[in-house]
Amino acid sequence: MKKRLLLGDEAIALGAIHAGLSGVYAYPGTPSTEITEFIQGNELAKERGLHSRWSTNEKTAMEEALGMSFMGKRALVCMKHVGMNVCADPFVNSGMTGVNGGVVVLAADDPSMHSSQDEQDSRFYGKFAMVPTFEPSSQQEAYDMMSVAFEYSERVKLPVLLRVTTRMAHSRAVVEVSEEPRQENAMNYDAVAANWVLLPANARKRNDHVTAQQAELEEDACTSPYNIYSDAADHSLGIIASGIGYNYVCECFPEGCPFPLLKISQYPLPKKLVRRMLSECERVLIVEEGQPFIEDIVRGVAEMPNVMGKYTGELPRTGELNPDVVKKALGMEIGESFDPCADVAPRPPALCQGCGHRDVYAALNEVLREYDNPRVFGDIGCYTLGFLPPFRAIHSCVDMGASITMAKGAADAGQWPAVAVIGDSTFTHSGMTGLLDAINENADITVIISDNLTTGMTGGQDSAGTNKFEAICRGLGLSDKHLKVVVPLPKNMPEITQAIRDEINYHGTSVIIPRRECMQTLQRHLKQKKAK
Amino acid sequence: MKTDIILCGVGGQGILSIATIIGEAAMNENLYIKQAEVHGMSQRGGDVQSNLRISSDPIASDLIPRGGADVIISMEPMEALRYLPWLSKTGWIITSSTPFVNIPNYPDMEVINADLQRMPNVITIDIERLAKENGIARSANVILLGAAQKALGIEYDKLEEAIRRVFGRKGDAVVEANIKALALGKEAQK
Repeated sequence: MKKRLLLGDEAIALGAIHAGLSGVYAYPGTPSTEITEFIQGNELAKERGLHSRWSTNEKTAMEEALGMSFMGKRALVCMKHVGMNVCADPFVNSGMTGVNGGVVVLAADDPSMHSSQDEQDSRFYGKFAMVPTFEPSSQQEAYDMMSVAFEYSERVKLPVLLRVTTRMAHSRAVVEVSEEPRQENAMNYDAVAANWVLLPANARKRNDHVTAQQAELEEDACTSPYNIYSDAADHSLGIIASGIGYNYVCECFPEGCPFPLLKISQYPLPKKLVRRMLSECERVLIVEEGQPFIEDIVRGVAEMPNVMGKYTGELPRTGELNPDVVKKALGMEIGESFDPCADVAPRPPALCQGCGHRDVYAALNEVLREYDNPRVFGDIGCYTLGFLPPFRAIHSCVDMGASITMAKGAADAGQWPAVAVIGDSTFTHSGMTGLLDAINENADITVIISDNLTTGMTGGQDSAGTNKFEAICRGLGLSDKHLKVVVPLPKNMPEITQAIRDEINYHGTSVIIPRRECMQTLQRHLKQKKAK
Repeated sequence: MKTDIILCGVGGQGILSIATIIGEAAMNENLYIKQAEVHGMSQRGGDVQSNLRISSDPIASDLIPRGGADVIISMEPMEALRYLPWLSKTGWIITSSTPFVNIPNYPDMEVINADLQRMPNVITIDIERLAKENGIARSANVILLGAAQKALGIEYDKLEEAIRRVFGRKGDAVVEANIKALALGKEAQK
């Protein structure tokens, strides 16, 4: 065993490599990005030639992983929680096909929305797709769990969902790692077409099979080494704590928990263990990060006055957990502390100085002043910050790609000017299909693809469409006359504003591509050049 | 031993490299470590912080409870004040005195300094000036680390060794600049 100081994300990545992974498939998204980046930089992964290039979106990633599994090899799919929505179709149906080589799907939830547009809890996807779900409590457990999860996936012939939250993904701890990594699986032809061709006749059989499997999965969860029932003398209270919630409970009891404590890190929920606690303890507190997922199952529709948690207000319904809210839920005194300092001003994130998105918004705002009621539909990325002062330039930001489609819908409703602002990586992730809709109807919208040659928000990963955007737009049927490329710099302001004005005044679909490298990657590239 | 540390500043000021050095030193001493970082959107010129916990016993929570931090190490004076509710009543603040002004409503420095002086245990250092005067402009953050050495409860030599290991790949000049910075910080904490 060797000790390493690893982020939760890195522990997951290394755990996967050591479990005989053959490929990671992912689209960047906080707080999951570092998993794939770690595999990209890992020596053993390079030596073995493991697949680690970024996928265009989470759906393509999930399907590529299924293909690798079909051929008998182990694949990991990584994404932030909202990525689960994008890959929901292949994910849910992978619960029907089952797997050949092991598949682990990693969803990193972001309660408190440090870097996200919502707080959804990915455990619901596991239940929905009838897929076993793991939720580690520590970095060491996350590392160890990877080999267990891949083995389990191959044993029950189902994908495994691994759910983490921000504080697990982005916290470092010392992890003992193996010095004898498992070999990769050899390719095989064991995948049975009747399982994988989800024609209704086949799918009905699979549905009966995986539904019948649920009891076995729950029994496995009852005996899982990760679901631990620790009895204690004082039965006036029992505590059910999952994932990282378990740590906060332990933090409150440095001398050991005086009450029975049930740690949950594997689902389906082991109901037998929960029933034991309900029957042996006077009251039960449920501590889980995210939505009241366990609590919902435990309560059902029964009146349960002795069950406490998020529904009863002991713990907050929204936001991440921390040691203080758990302490309060346990009825313990919060220690003495200083009051917040009233003079501290908020310091919101902002677009970098010199960033091309700044010039795009400056030009757009200048032109739109000439029109009544213009509407600008934004998208997901650094440029969402265009909502904030000094720009206040966008009116919506919903999900990856929604800028183009919402602009089209607004134009369909009679809005003019309807402008969409989308980044290069978001465009290839989920904007291309919407642009095809617009072009097919020649919708009266102006699309700005603000191309900084990278996936900027998550730290500068490769962008799938770099050098291909004009070709993509032409391929989707856009005429060259309404496809313009500009360089977003203050000195080019007259040219950029004229292009925007002309295309707004053209009553059909047009695309403007302002293109200049991201300041963050530019600085990194200059540094690398200097080092050479 | 057990030390709970809040490292803070503005995105890009190098708090994570201070955390890396402390983590390296602690791991080498066979101590337990938990270090929660902030990535993603908040790094774009916003406030950033990291909860770093080191202990001779296993650590449960990745986050420090309110009133629990032994020390706040801050690359920026106003940012040091942002985390007061997490500081122990007997805790230390070790902060750079140079404001990083990237917001229009940054408070008057007299107000910030008065707030800092009201705290029981404060060390403020002009790390930017010290770094420039000594020709190690890029190691200002390590001066702060040197000034925090006693509060951290890690021996000076262990931090020096950690710097050699962390920066070794970057060459002797970088290692020496950071060791010089650590020594300057040590002087300043007196």
